[in-house]
Amino acid sequence: MVDILRYRDDEAVGHAAVTVDSFLDQSNAAAVRVEPGDDARALLPHLERIALVEVNFPAFGDGRGYSSARILREAGYDGELRAVGDVLVDQLAYMRRCGYDSFEPDAPLDAGDVEAALARWPDVYQVAADQRAPIWALRHGDGHAA
Amino acid sequence: MYKYDTYDQQMVDTRVAEFRDQARRRLDGSLSEDQFKPLRLMNGLYLQLHAYMLRVAIPYGTLDSRQMHALADIADKYDRGYGHFTTRQNIQYNWIKLEDAADILADLAKVEMHAIQTSGNCIRNISSDHFAGAAADEVADPRPYAELLRQWSSFHPEFSYLPRKFKIAVIASKKDRAAMRLHDIGIRIVKRDGALGAAFYVGGGMGRTPMIAPCIREFVPLDQLVTYAEACLRVYNRHGRRDNKYKARIKILVHELGAEEYTRQVEEEFALLLEQGVEPPLAELERIKTYFEEPLFADAAADALDRSDPDFALWADRNTVPHKTAGYVSAVVSLKPPGGIPGDATAEQMRLMGDLAKDYSCDELRVMHTQNIVLPHVRTADLHTLWTALDAAGLGSPNLDTVEDIIACPGLDYCSLANARSIPVAQKIATRFADSGKTAQLGELKLKISGCINACGHHHAGHIGILGVDKKGVENYQLSLGGSEAEDVSLAKITGPGFDEDGVVDAVDTVTQVYERERRDGERFIDTYRRIGMTPFKEALYG
Amino acid sequence: MKILTGNDLKTGAVTWWTGSDWSLHVEDAVDVTGSEEEIARREEAARRVNVPYAIAADLHEGSPRPAHIKDRVRALGPTVRPDLTLKPADPDIGNWVI
Repeated sequence: MVDILRYRDDEAVGHAAVTVDSFLDQSNAAAVRVEPGDDARALLPHLERIALVEVNFPAFGDGRGYSSARILREAGYDGELRAVGDVLVDQLAYMRRCGYDSFEPDAPLDAGDVEAALARWPDVYQVAADQRAPIWALRHGDGHAA
Repeated sequence: MYKYDTYDQQMVDTRVAEFRDQARRRLDGSLSEDQFKPLRLMNGLYLQLHAYMLRVAIPYGTLDSRQMHALADIADKYDRGYGHFTTRQNIQYNWIKLEDAADILADLAKVEMHAIQTSGNCIRNISSDHFAGAAADEVADPRPYAELLRQWSSFHPEFSYLPRKFKIAVIASKKDRAAMRLHDIGIRIVKRDGALGAAFYVGGGMGRTPMIAPCIREFVPLDQLVTYAEACLRVYNRHGRRDNKYKARIKILVHELGAEEYTRQVEEEFALLLEQGVEPPLAELERIKTYFEEPLFADAAADALDRSDPDFALWADRNTVPHKTAGYVSAVVSLKPPGGIPGDATAEQMRLMGDLAKDYSCDELRVMHTQNIVLPHVRTADLHTLWTALDAAGLGSPNLDTVEDIIACPGLDYCSLANARSIPVAQKIATRFADSGKTAQLGELKLKISGCINACGHHHAGHIGILGVDKKGVENYQLSLGGSEAEDVSLAKITGPGFDEDGVVDAVDTVTQVYERERRDGERFIDTYRRIGMTPFKEALYG
Repeated sequence: MKILTGNDLKTGAVTWWTGSDWSLHVEDAVDVTGSEEEIARREEAARRVNVPYAIAADLHEGSPRPAHIKDRVRALGPTVRPDLTLKPADPDIGNWVI
């Protein structure tokens, strides 16, 4: 069973993602899979031909994928960014903030829990990849930070 | 003192609701313990040796009487009438029920407190100088910077699953009263050409591989502070070791890369992040600073102390320190009565300290990392009244920074990680010196005891350090000498083979005798040790 | 002998497997040698215990006494607060731990 939560309107990429190494070796893949130890910056010269980046979370406690996501978004990547693997409902909100817009968890998530988790935080303290205005911006009358 | 606005309050309230939901899912079985553990830890809830333990954050160690009363009420209502003040300026409760935990967090939220990120592999509660705002030697009050970083680090989406825990300290004076260079990041607010900025020290720590943090940047402008911290964290999150939890702290990364290479990577990341607008405007720092404006100090003459009561005079000499304002001092309430449990306070004692703070210290208290409580702004004229009330409650021990003022982790009496008990050793040592009357003549002598290699009792940084180990199922204690966590920071060295419990008490006595024999005028224990070296101590200990 | 211990999920209290239930008192523990994994799995799944595990113990005056000091402190309570242990009235209980 593959349950993908997707927060995008465009068509999903139809083919499987390749590893970063094979992506850098060949030129025709539009989907690439980033493992925790991979350097997401290696993809930056090729962003215009990528439509899907899957970031693997083999264990939810390995947080490297949060940085990988922000790095890609900071560099202007606007394709699909999918968290794959040990993705739990209690990590979704932070993942969204780091730029993920789709999720492919190993274990299916309860729809109600997902909705509650994503709606939970009315405000945020920091700038991240989600364009939400941090509390300091709201305090100082600038609702459109970063 | 910082006050929550509606945003801060809403964030903390939301966290309570989130945790209430998570605890419910754990209790109904939809979360496994493995899944729940990191969630409860990020709310300060451990499963300890005897029960759940809750660690409550006291940001930069500052609290007011209302908050101290709330801590006392929690001790009575949900625990067993006491709490334990920790070496991270926090408080922990030892007998918490999971089914009560969300209610406790809700009670805390009512007084602008929380347990957010007091555990877990995230940025922990930020510590600071316990004399901040009162010390004559500070270039600024460090707490606004700590508060700015508290907000930045709270619920940080990128840095909540770091390789390991992450501790930050902020100070603003040359004197280091917060063990700044033994933190993952130590920040010293400095003044250069009239402008304030931040010096960053990265990669210090205690634990099984103690290291002193090198300075990686001498001056970060204040309008780039958060961005620079973000760069330091990102390099760590990406490249810190995750293959071995004992090598996962940032100190190992900095050590393995070398400070120069780590710095290069941080600077590279920093340059990129500067483009991302992650820095709050200086107006936000200014807003925070308004909460830390000096209290209106009375125009008090520097009254001469009435020294007619010798017990009071002893306490006033030992447990008060100069204040930047004439006629005031900072008074230290000792939580180290000889024979007592270092850092423990009963609910009644907490309430009393809260009340005294309200009456005599501009409604402020501080938790010291040495597990005592500071009343930062006390008029000299009020000292005798204050001391009388403290002494009657068992809080008047005149032993600040002496051999009785021992830092001790909870040890095997409470902690599931410990290999040996710490508290009984502290009790025996303090009692021996109190009974022999030698405490005062030994002067400043910082003794720190940890019950395992994780070093929560800061033994590496003790003038005298004691580490409890498990030797074939029997408690054994290693002695070390020469550590310091102050501005003269150094790491202690082990003397030699370990001792049993009574043996290590004798050994401490022995090394103090060497000091008394060898010391020159005005030398502290640590000064004598540094001058004469380990050999005379070893000879006395092992013959 | 091996005895099985864990914590009560709701209260966090240290508990011991008695053969049919969980008790606060280590004296009630029974030898589980050979069946510890099965009991642990079943009881944890039913949420009658949290993170159960087996430890080594010996018989001491007819009752199980954990082999390691850490488990003995865990079974009793903090030695520095006898009033909070399970045996507040027993002045010699320290000897059982050490």
